[in-house]
Amino acid sequence: MNLTLKIWRQENAKAKGHFETYKLNDISPECSFLEMLDILNEQLINDNIAHPVCFDNDCREGICGMCGLYINGRPHGPDDGVTTCQLHMRRFHDGDTITIEPWRARPFPVIKDLVVDRSAFDKIIQEGGYTSATTGGVPDANAIPIPKRKADEAMDSASCIGCGACVAACKNASAMLFVSGKVSQYTLLPQGKPEAAIRVKRMVKKMDELGFGSCTNTFACEAECPKQLKRTNIARLNREFICAKVCSDEK
Amino acid sequence: MATLNSKIPQGPLSEKWTNYKASQKLVNPANKRKLDVIVVGTGLAGASAAASLGALGFNVKVFCIQDSPRRAHSIAAQGGINAAKNYPNDGDSIGRLFYDTIKGGDYRAREANVYRLAEVSNNIIDQCVAQGVPFARDYSGYLANRSFGGAQVSRTFYAKGQTGQQLLLGAYSALSKQIKEGTVKLYTRREMENLVVIDGKARGIITRDLITGQTERWFGHCVILATGGYGNVYYLSTNAMGSNGSAAVQCYKKGAFFANPCYVQIHPTCIPVHGDYQSKLTLMSESLRNDGRIWVPKKIEDAQAIREGKKTANDIPEEERDYYLERRYPAFGNLVPRDIASRAAKERCDAGYGVGSTGKAVFLDFSSAIARLGKDKVAERYGNLFQMYQKIEDENPYETPMKIYPAVHYTMGGLWVDYELQTTIPGLFAAGECNFSDHGANRLGASALMQGLADGYFVLPYTVQNYLAAEIYNQPIPTSHEEFEKAENEVKERINKILSIKGKTTVDTLQKELGHIMWEHVGMGRTKESLESALPLIAKVKERFWNDVKVEESNECLNPELEKALRLADHLELASLIARDALQREESCGGHFREEHQTEEGEAKRDDENFMFVGAWEYKGDEAPVMHKEDLNYEFIKVQTRNYK
Repeated sequence: MNLTLKIWRQENAKAKGHFETYKLNDISPECSFLEMLDILNEQLINDNIAHPVCFDNDCREGICGMCGLYINGRPHGPDDGVTTCQLHMRRFHDGDTITIEPWRARPFPVIKDLVVDRSAFDKIIQEGGYTSATTGGVPDANAIPIPKRKADEAMDSASCIGCGACVAACKNASAMLFVSGKVSQYTLLPQGKPEAAIRVKRMVKKMDELGFGSCTNTFACEAECPKQLKRTNIARLNREFICAKVCSDEK
Repeated sequence: MATLNSKIPQGPLSEKWTNYKASQKLVNPANKRKLDVIVVGTGLAGASAAASLGALGFNVKVFCIQDSPRRAHSIAAQGGINAAKNYPNDGDSIGRLFYDTIKGGDYRAREANVYRLAEVSNNIIDQCVAQGVPFARDYSGYLANRSFGGAQVSRTFYAKGQTGQQLLLGAYSALSKQIKEGTVKLYTRREMENLVVIDGKARGIITRDLITGQTERWFGHCVILATGGYGNVYYLSTNAMGSNGSAAVQCYKKGAFFANPCYVQIHPTCIPVHGDYQSKLTLMSESLRNDGRIWVPKKIEDAQAIREGKKTANDIPEEERDYYLERRYPAFGNLVPRDIASRAAKERCDAGYGVGSTGKAVFLDFSSAIARLGKDKVAERYGNLFQMYQKIEDENPYETPMKIYPAVHYTMGGLWVDYELQTTIPGLFAAGECNFSDHGANRLGASALMQGLADGYFVLPYTVQNYLAAEIYNQPIPTSHEEFEKAENEVKERINKILSIKGKTTVDTLQKELGHIMWEHVGMGRTKESLESALPLIAKVKERFWNDVKVEESNECLNPELEKALRLADHLELASLIARDALQREESCGGHFREEHQTEEGEAKRDDENFMFVGAWEYKGDEAPVMHKEDLNYEFIKVQTRNYK
C-alpha cells in the first residue's frame, strides 16, 4: 500500500503546531497502524528528513491505554471497539490520505507531536477512585456474596483503560464516561458503598476543577470508547451525584 | 566476595514466615515519617509495595516511565491469579500450591520463598476483593475459579480475560489513595538510569525526566526495584514496547548479583510472527487451554497443503488430527506447563507439521468446546480474547481454529535476592518479575500476578521495615553528596557518548538484530555450539552500537530514540549474560532446554547432582562476570523427575 500521511507536528507544549505531509510506500496490509508509524520513523531517521514523530504507545495489545490518536477525525480510527494499536492497515486502501492528530482537549495539553498529558485522569482518581481499605485486616474474599449480575456489570464498568478517547471525542471535553465507569464499579459492589457519597462528590468536583466540560448528552464518548463502556454509567453517576448532594451530609 | 546468604529463617517450613514476622524489627510511627523509601516501577509489585509502605506511614517516592502508574505492563496479564483458597473443594491447599510451584519450576526455586508465596496467596484475594476488584463470580455470588497449566485443581481467580488490568487498577487505586494522603509522591515519565551506593548501601537513584531530558537525583534510605523482566532483549516478545531490563542492569553494574539469567519463559500460545516490520507478539491467554485443544495434521502432506493455502483446518477430519499434547501427556493434556507445551509445538513444527504461511504455527481449536458448551458459554469465558485475535488475524476463531506459536513472555531470572527480597547491595530490594526468587526455571500460569502482589502487599512491608529499623539513626543524605554527583555524571556521560556517535544505524535495526541472534541461538532449544557462536555475534552488535548508532539530539523534549538506545545498551550486556549462563548450565530444566541434555522421548533432563544451584553473576567491568553459587537444599520436598504424563 502507498499512503499519504498528514501528521500533526509540534515541537513542545509551548510551540505552535502544524501539519506535515509524508509519503510512505509499500506498507503491508497486515501491518498494525503503529507499526506503520514505526516504519515512517525509520524512514524519517534514515533519510534525514525530520525528527521521528513522537506518539505514546506501550502494550500494543489494547489494554494499557497509552496509545490514542485522532485518525481521520475519529479517536482510535475507523473501527469500533479497538484502540489505535489494534487497528490494522488492512482497514485502509492503497492511495489513502490519512490525517493523524493528537487528542485535542483543554485538560490534555500537547507535550510533543501526538503525545498529550493525561495526568488529569490520575488526579480525578486520587480524589476518591478507590475503597479506603489499606493492606491487611480485611475479611475473607467469600464473606460477602455478590450477585453475579452485579459483579459482571461492575467488571464492565471497570474495564475502562483511561485512554482519554471519550474526552477527545466530546465537543465539551467532558470526562463523564471516565468518571462514571469508576463510580459505577464501586456503586455496584458492596465494598464501595461506605464511601459512595463522598467519592462521587469529590471526583465530580475535581473533574470540574480540571477544566473538563459538562456532558453534552450526545454520547460521542460511548460511540468512540475502545472498551465500549455504556452510557448507562453516566446515568448512574448522575443519580449517585444527586443522591449524594441531597441525602448525604458528607463533604 | 562473601558467599551468598539467603537468610532463610529457622524452623519448619510452615512456621518460617510466622517466626520471621514475630522476631523482625519494627519502626515506630513517628520514625516512619522520617524514612524515605524509593520505589521504581508501578506494576503489581511496585504499586502494591508503594501503597502498603505509604499506608504504614513511610515517606515514599514512586517512579514510572509511563504517563500514569496505571499503564505498567502487569495490566496486560489476561488469565488469572492463583491462590490456595480451595473454594471448589477439589483438594487444594497451601502445601499443594507450594508443591505445584516448586515442581512447575523444575526444582530450581528456593523452598522457603515459595512456601511463603503460597501462604500469603489467600490474603491477596481477600485484599483485592476489599479493594473492589470485580472478580468473576458464580450464580451463588461466590468467587469462580478456573484451571491453569501445571495444576490438577481449579485455583485461578479471574476477571474476564483482564485479570492483570483489574488487579493493577486495584493496586493503582490503593496507590492513588496514598498519594492523596501525601505519604506517596508520584513521579511519572521518569526512567531510572543509575543507582547511588554510599558506604556500601543503596542510597538513591538517578532518573532522567523523559519530557525535559534532565537528569535528577533522589535520596532514599532504601530503594525498591520493581521494574519487571528483560524479555525485550529478544525484541519480539509479549512484553510492552517500553518494558526493559535497564534498571536491573544498572543495579547489577553497581554490585547486585544477577541470578539465573538463562531462565527465559517462552509462552506457548501467542499469535505467530508475520513479517520483519512486526513490533511485538500478542499473547493469547493460557486460560484458553482450559477448553481449546491443540493440534497439527497427522499427515505431513496435509500440513503442507494448509501452508500453501490449498486446505484449511476445517478440511482435516477428526481422525487425521494429531492432538499431540493429549497424546504425549494424557494426565495433564493441553494443560501441561508452558515450557513443555512450547517445546512440543516447536518439535512438531520442526518436524514439518507446522501450519500457517510460515509453517511456524499450530492450531488451537475450540470446536469441541463450542459443541459441548455452546457458543454463548465460550463467548462468555473468552469473548474478549477471541475479539482480540480476530482484530489481529482477521479470522473468526468461533469458525476456524486459532493459529498460535510460542514467544518470549517472562523472565524467571533476575536480581538475586535473599529471603527478605534484599539484593547483594544492602538497602536495595527487588520485587516482582525483576527478582529471581519464586519460579525456579519455569513459572506456572497465573503465578506472576500472585508473586508481584505477594511481594508488594505482604512481604516487603515486613522485610523493608526490618531493614529500616536500623536506619532511624541516619539522617537523609543531601543529594549534593559526591556519590550522587558521580552517579549523575556517569549518566550524563553515557547520554553524551550515545548522542556523539552520529552513526548510520537506527536503534531498532540493532535491537532487531540482537533479538534475532537471541531467538536463533539462545532461544527454545540451545546447544553448546549455538551459545558459543552467540557470544561473538552479540559482541559484534555491541561494537556496532557504540560506533554506528544514529540518535539525534533533542534533549529539551521527548526523545524516544535516546530512550530506546539507553535501554539497548543495557540489553546488550544482558544478552551476553543470558548466553553465558545458558552455556554454563549443562542440563535442561524448565525454560532452559539444552538439546544435548534430553531423554529418549525428548523431555528435559536435569542434572541435580551438579546443577542444583542458583547461578548468581557478579559484574566485573571489562572482565568476564564471575558466577557465585547458592546451593538449593530441598529439606521438605522430595526431588523428582517432573512428570506430566
